[in-house]
Amino acid sequence: MLKKLLIANRGEIAVRVIRAAQDLGIATVAVYSAADAEALHVQLADEAVNIGPPAAKKSYLNIEAIIAAALEKGCDSMHPAYGFLAENAGFSDAVTAAGLTFVGPSGDAIRLMGDKVSARTAAAAAGVPVVPGSTGRVDGIEAGRHVLEATGFPVMIKAAAGGGGRGIRIANSLAEFEQAFPQAQAEALAAFGDGGLYMEKVIGKARHIEVQVLADGQQAIHCYERECSLQRRRQKVWEEAPSRALSTSLREELCASAVALAKAVGYSGAGTVEYLYDDEADRFYFIEMNTRIQVEHPVTEAITGIDLVAEMLRIAGGEPLRIAQEDVTVTGHAIEVRLNAEDPARDFAPFPGTIGDLRIPGGPGVRFDSMLYNGYQVPPFYDSLLAKLIVHAETREAAIMRLTRALRELEIGGVKTTKPLFLALAADPSVRAGDVHTRWLEGWLQDNATALAG
Amino acid sequence: MAQILSPLPGTFYRSSSPDTPPFKADGDDVTAGDVIGLIEVMKSFHEVKAEISGKNIRFAADNEDPVMAGAPLADID
Repeated sequence: MLKKLLIANRGEIAVRVIRAAQDLGIATVAVYSAADAEALHVQLADEAVNIGPPAAKKSYLNIEAIIAAALEKGCDSMHPAYGFLAENAGFSDAVTAAGLTFVGPSGDAIRLMGDKVSARTAAAAAGVPVVPGSTGRVDGIEAGRHVLEATGFPVMIKAAAGGGGRGIRIANSLAEFEQAFPQAQAEALAAFGDGGLYMEKVIGKARHIEVQVLADGQQAIHCYERECSLQRRRQKVWEEAPSRALSTSLREELCASAVALAKAVGYSGAGTVEYLYDDEADRFYFIEMNTRIQVEHPVTEAITGIDLVAEMLRIAGGEPLRIAQEDVTVTGHAIEVRLNAEDPARDFAPFPGTIGDLRIPGGPGVRFDSMLYNGYQVPPFYDSLLAKLIVHAETREAAIMRLTRALRELEIGGVKTTKPLFLALAADPSVRAGDVHTRWLEGWLQDNATALAG
Repeated sequence: MAQILSPLPGTFYRSSSPDTPPFKADGDDVTAGDVIGLIEVMKSFHEVKAEISGKNIRFAADNEDPVMAGAPLADID
């Protein structure tokens, strides 16, 4: 078992990891920037170290300062949580090189899954369905025409060297393809000095479904799926488990494919394999694997009763995976909503401020993960996530009722939050029917702008 | 002399990315509406525009400085 853990993070997730460690009798060391001296994770940890100025680059992303803090305090291990350095392979390597245990996968596993092409190749090799497309670079229009046999239309053409949505074109027919391909090539060459292209089938209306895995480097299990189709600007806002879209047989197939991938790469720790699910074709496709604990992990904890963060710590401490696949069962339905310091009435503008009149919801089936307290000053330097409200009930319908009840109990004074968005969504017929896809929320927000402004 | 104040709390940036030159160099003239910097608040970026025209801008806040709402960013004549 680990003895002393440094938590290389802040906010609600640092609090979550500190709690899991303390439950297991592991001593905890928090790190904080100058802007976070009064933060809850600093108050709750056994010890705390100031690692630099407010800018994340100089504190929570400062590998040298974080490792120095761990060594100075006599830690034997490091938990990166999510965001910041969580998927930085160099950080995992540096922690290990300093003689500390990294609570997560090896740098090599992070590297393999962090690169889009190598992750896709590894997934395909493990038998996981990938979005039909080119296996690598497409260097000419003739090669591109062959790829069309696998993708059909619409097809997305993007620069192999690109990123952030630059240089992406969509062709709906062969005629459009013949025109778009050379344009995309010229554009890629001009923008990136590399005319190599990549092609992929466009999945129209898709759900985002992801599978939680736990592995110890030898064995791997899944803890079923989460659906996170309600997204704004590719950011998840509402997550739930299980997904109501999947049949029993497809669920087993999906979850087994995630386990196969985890085993194929010798994965260790908690991870998430993300998929697009096409309702109409009733097929799923691999998108990527996240090599860390995720924001929405509590919905899986609610339906399976497994403490995922505690299991991560046990595995990192050298214990073999102690849960067998047949022991993982699903009970009821859970929903998480992300309460961000943003004003839904003003296009979700960030809203830092001082928390007052805090009233935290409770009662059966309600969990509230946050770093808030009365008088807490929300700094402007980091992510806007303030709290996660998780509800668990026998059925999805009951969970939505409970979500509404808990949101009405919740008060977060002093700042604007996304609470009104979730009250409105919980009352929406499409959300209640589970009839949504990854682009549904963007359209809904346009149609309901006035209601949110009121 | 007039001051340009930060409209928001956050991190002040003098250029749009680390590889580009600053929006304004010390001593530059400023026209009302010119972007003089960016404030990053909770990972979103907001332009800071000069509300009046003037000469000889002198920055009071450095690149990447944490600033509070109302903090002076620059003086102009």
